Amino acid sequence: MNETPLIPAGVKRCSKWQFSLWMAAATAVLLWGVYAMFLIWYKGLNQTNMNDAYGFALWIWADLAVIAVGGGAFFSGFLTYIVGKNELKNIINFAVIIGFICYSSALLILAIDIGQPLRGWFIFWHANVHSMLTEVAFCLSCYFAVLTIEFIPLILENPKLDKKPFWHHLGHNMHGIMAIFAATGVFLSFFHQGSLGGVAGVLYGRPFAFREHIFIWPFTFFLFTWSAAACGPCFTILVTKITEMITRKKLVKDSVIHLFAKISGWMIITYIIAKTIDTLYWAFVTAPGMGFTLMDFYASPTYNIGLLFAEIVICGFIPGLILITKRGRENSFLLMTAVILAVIGVCLNRWVMVLQVMAVPVLSFNEWYTYMPSWQEVATTVLPVAYGVIVISLAHRYLPVFPQEKELNPID
Amino acid sequence: MFPFCFEWAWDISHIVFMGGLWYALSIIGAGMTFAIVKSIFDCSAGHDDQEHGHH
Repeated sequence: MNETPLIPAGVKRCSKWQFSLWMAAATAVLLWGVYAMFLIWYKGLNQTNMNDAYGFALWIWADLAVIAVGGGAFFSGFLTYIVGKNELKNIINFAVIIGFICYSSALLILAIDIGQPLRGWFIFWHANVHSMLTEVAFCLSCYFAVLTIEFIPLILENPKLDKKPFWHHLGHNMHGIMAIFAATGVFLSFFHQGSLGGVAGVLYGRPFAFREHIFIWPFTFFLFTWSAAACGPCFTILVTKITEMITRKKLVKDSVIHLFAKISGWMIITYIIAKTIDTLYWAFVTAPGMGFTLMDFYASPTYNIGLLFAEIVICGFIPGLILITKRGRENSFLLMTAVILAVIGVCLNRWVMVLQVMAVPVLSFNEWYTYMPSWQEVATTVLPVAYGVIVISLAHRYLPVFPQEKELNPID
Repeated sequence: MFPFCFEWAWDISHIVFMGGLWYALSIIGAGMTFAIVKSIFDCSAGHDDQEHGHH
């Protein structure tokens, strides 16, 4: 098959054989995950190592982590369409694709985790209107629809599709009203990111997670939204840099990356200051009021105080400080270090707020609970990574994802 | 869930939660309907030559 009409004009792509080999490797990993997924659907949740102590385990961590790092999509949409940072239009396509991958992965993981995916619609029809998780389900599904809508015009820009008048006009008209979809996405993201944090913060039976409230919202509600907006752009930058490394091409101008990194840096610094204040208040007021000291929560070899230090200082203040300084973000080694640390930091935060919450003993006669995921859980968690690689590879090959690619890589 | 379902209650929780869902779905639905209908009109008006490539 001649691929040339499908590849955007003025850009160079690797040979079909190279691409096929790359895709075959990603597909092999994907199939491993799909096999584990069907095993779980066929045999049930006994294929996992979840138990009475760990109702939330690896999947929910992965879910919260991909939603947090996918926050780059809503935040770049907010900056581009609402704040008016037009320079970010050069990276927003890619941010949307990453967001699309993250949110479709989150929904897939939930479909596996609920055990009976055929009953997934119950949450909409028989909604528990007192649960933050209902709000998460509503906003997550609607926001995935928004991301799909944001992705469609890019797909319609494929040279072959763009030749058809209807698809051409549809893409053009959807572009025209994209600000409305972006604003809807920001509204939905604010609430579902927040409610995911709120779920932990309202657990008054679990003093490690419980936080004070502002009206009905615990502090964790605001911290989760804040951290997603802060670290989501770092993940977008990280994936852009990895894509540039693999394709051996510059795809986005440094000025765009530096602007995105600077905004992200200020968001990280303000977030981590708020997180530090929240931690201090919880450690010295909230937890003692419930009969616990700070070190009670870190008395395990696995969950020791080093985790808190890593989350706040190493993966919080350090990347934030690097990104807010001009010299820091313009040095490629420091920039990469900062974005990697920020992504690890937000994933670590979600790990702590899911797994450590389950591990900490609540009653004096309880021990620390342990949990090791089964291979089926690991395979289904790796599945979204392979899926993401496939979607990004296809999008990069056949769609004009990076508007600056032609200018940065002229073909002689 | 709709107000005619047996589980429905006219309380603040149902109105806020379900109202928020319908509100978001309405915006998404109306936006897409507008884009599709306008594209059909644009096609029938033969605008493709003038606008081609203007994204």
